[in-house]
Amino acid sequence: MNSLSDMDNFPKDYYKIWRRKEDRMSDIILEMNHITKEFSGVKALDDVNLKVKQGEIHGLCGENGAGKSTLMNILSGVYGHGTYTGDVIYKGETCRFNHIKDSEAKGIVIIHQELALSPLLSVAENVFLGNEQTTIKGVIDWTETRKKAAEMLAKVGLEHENVNVPVGTLGVGKQQLIEIAKAMAKKVDLLILDEPTAALNDEESRKLLDIMLDLKKQGVTCIIISHKLNELEYVCDSLTIIRDGHTIETLTKGQDDFGEERVIKGMVGRELTNRYPVREGVTIGDVVFEVNNWNVYHPDDAERQMIKDVNIKVHAGEVVGLAGLMGAGRTEFAMSVFGKSYGQKISGTVKINGKEVHLNSVKDAINNKLAYVSEDRKTYGLVLIDSIKRNMTMAALRNFFSKKGVVNENEEIVSAEEYKKRINVKSNSIEQVVGSLSGGNQQKVVLAKWMLTQPDVLILDEPTRGIDVGAKYEIYCVINDLAKAGKAVIVISSEMQEIIGTCDRVYVINEGEIAGELNKDEVSQEKIMQKIMAHNRKGE
Amino acid sequence: MEKKKVVNVDMKQYGMFIVLIAVYLIFAIMTGGKNMSYANINNLIMQNGYVVILAVGMLLCVLTGNVDLGVGSVVALCGAVSGIVLVDLKANMWVAIFLALLIGLLCGMFAGFFIAIMHVPPFIVTLATMLMGRGATYTILKAQTKGPLPENYNFIGAGFLPTIKVPFGSGTIDLICIVVAIIASVCIVFNEIKGINTKKKYNFPLNPIWQLIVKDTVLIFIVWFVFYKIGRYNGVPFVLLIMCIIVGLYYFITSKTVAGRQIYALGGNRKAAQLSGINTDKVFFWVYTNMGILAAVAGIVLSARNGSATPKAGDQFEMDAIASCYLGGAAVAGGAGTIMGAVVGAFIMGILNNGMSLFGWSTDIQKIVKGAVLLGAVTVDLMSKRKKS
Repeated sequence: MNSLSDMDNFPKDYYKIWRRKEDRMSDIILEMNHITKEFSGVKALDDVNLKVKQGEIHGLCGENGAGKSTLMNILSGVYGHGTYTGDVIYKGETCRFNHIKDSEAKGIVIIHQELALSPLLSVAENVFLGNEQTTIKGVIDWTETRKKAAEMLAKVGLEHENVNVPVGTLGVGKQQLIEIAKAMAKKVDLLILDEPTAALNDEESRKLLDIMLDLKKQGVTCIIISHKLNELEYVCDSLTIIRDGHTIETLTKGQDDFGEERVIKGMVGRELTNRYPVREGVTIGDVVFEVNNWNVYHPDDAERQMIKDVNIKVHAGEVVGLAGLMGAGRTEFAMSVFGKSYGQKISGTVKINGKEVHLNSVKDAINNKLAYVSEDRKTYGLVLIDSIKRNMTMAALRNFFSKKGVVNENEEIVSAEEYKKRINVKSNSIEQVVGSLSGGNQQKVVLAKWMLTQPDVLILDEPTRGIDVGAKYEIYCVINDLAKAGKAVIVISSEMQEIIGTCDRVYVINEGEIAGELNKDEVSQEKIMQKIMAHNRKGE
Repeated sequence: MEKKKVVNVDMKQYGMFIVLIAVYLIFAIMTGGKNMSYANINNLIMQNGYVVILAVGMLLCVLTGNVDLGVGSVVALCGAVSGIVLVDLKANMWVAIFLALLIGLLCGMFAGFFIAIMHVPPFIVTLATMLMGRGATYTILKAQTKGPLPENYNFIGAGFLPTIKVPFGSGTIDLICIVVAIIASVCIVFNEIKGINTKKKYNFPLNPIWQLIVKDTVLIFIVWFVFYKIGRYNGVPFVLLIMCIIVGLYYFITSKTVAGRQIYALGGNRKAAQLSGINTDKVFFWVYTNMGILAAVAGIVLSARNGSATPKAGDQFEMDAIASCYLGGAAVAGGAGTIMGAVVGAFIMGILNNGMSLFGWSTDIQKIVKGAVLLGAVTVDLMSKRKKS
């Protein structure tokens, strides 16, 4: 007998027995053991373990590309059995899903980040999309559909919603809840939500999280993937952290610290003591950018005023925030200034470097050294099928990379390489297709694109939406560098923490008007909310 | 020491080119070498000249994510206009060419106006121009063929550049062809060396030398093959000159100019292009206007080759042009595709037509085969892309 190997085995076995006992006690609904998944030789997941207890809300967090979505795709059968190694044990059975239908039949439903609703179909139709209520085979029972849809909506707090209106007419928050109602209609036992609040404002997010807590009472087990750590802290019973395809740890409410600092440490593997890099050595100079008496009307409705008499100014080296709730008009303001890209009947004056300019097109704006980094990089910022290089030089091509209409490709490559290095775009080469990059790196490409136009004024609209903590930090560093270089920077963000962390001065915008102005030393989440509330009262 | 940076030549880029050679060789075997004859090589160029010209223009439309269905009708209309001017009005050839180009320009601007300014989907607009153009052609020609066209006009489609024929083997060979082939070979080599030097200067990764040698050897071989064959025949067809000028010009526009880049950006993501300062309406307008002009050029070449203008001319040419673009690897959604790809696509279609005709297959069977090749090629292309991601 080999005593040495026995010695080795002893503690492992002991641990296994001990673990099993605990499983039995707390009723595990899902176990994923030693999951390893490779994509053409690259390990996306490496020996990942996940255990979810019956009736709990289990959070899953990690940086972008850590492997969260891959793990959930294995669970839901998007990556079929045999394409990975390891076991998925659900309700005590080993599962071999090959298709989403297989997992749904067992009561596992996944709601992806991108909503799977058909905008022109009614709410009721969407709730039973792919799961139609039929009388004889294939014929839809409309009464039943509407009745049951209303029942499902009631479960997610939308009992007053009309089930006959097209889904597209509702807000994103409600659409997200309808997705959950749709899942409920499939008799869900385990609900997986992939970044459900990414597109929601604070209020809508809160509502969704409360619905999740409600579902928990109804006996539904949830797995939630999110970057918003405060939400996970609010809603989760336990939290599994994944980093670079490995499970790092599972935290349990009541036993472990759920605080942001603690979780971030697990996610990035180091303590990110300061989430906002300190800006040093910046001298705030003269006013570079000034907008006065700015008025804008809705593009489809000439009577509806979206922006009312807005006045702002930004100094050189200053970072100014535009805070406000979603729909307050911040993006509309920015886009209307940026070459009249939004709205009609626009009036007011724009001064750049003290000179009044007329920006009638995006080209004018670029020529007058104004840049606008849009909030939705995939829709408005990037050509996803094109290379990093071509995306980076897209806006600056005419002014800086061509002579008489002929592109100087060599200069283009040199500049793209320089910016790739400077703002740390992680990719094989500048010829890599942008669509294959992670969200954070895509955002860096958009930033580079606008930095290459050599602007004096940059408007950054939601510059860190949907990207991980590490990439956020890098983006903040870029903002600091821009300020150091004497640029005037405007940051629009729905995350108040971000506004507070990055800005020297904040304009609070509400219902298309400036509701107040706060300096760095006085700005806080409460102050911003107070300004908004006070403005709302004034409006009534 | 810095590690020497090396990248492989992207084989996918030459995938369709290899298919082109393969198809040609298959037919060479099937027809017992008939498609390699001097006259046939000459025919291949003359018959496909207008398809290549149309495919070049169509590629720009395809890059925006759309197609132009009206091309065949504009070809017929422009041919008809020059036919009438030459035969009925007995006017100068240059007047006919000018008027045909003008009509093409106006047709293009007409489509461009509705697409770019009125924002009507291109599919609808060009479906309309297809019907209107064909109707107009039948009307002005009174449904009859106009001809014969004068000799000097026919030169455009059927003529040859001056030759210096010297005895060679059992026949003669044109020295001009030899000179052109030598110049082309030198250009290929010179261009490659220039490329390597630029890469060295900017410290870009280099391709392995053997790959470049193989690539250039194949290219030079093809150049010599083609020019030897036409040299033994009648020399350089005038159509080949027109074709080379157009292909060269549009290759330059799409790959080296801001305007070209704007078309790609628009096709890849229209909203992002707009927010990057690109006037997308303007791009659309010029892309379709340009298509009109190139359709007029094709119309002139076609009528000149036939020596007459017929109302049926150019029927379904739009489909050949569109198929050429997709065969050449252009993305259906827009934003990706190359001029060289479209040219290769056009020649694949041409070689298929030519080979099957020589083999004695009817045009009905030819259509089935062409359809299957298009479907197969695009399917394989999409599958290989999917595998990659």
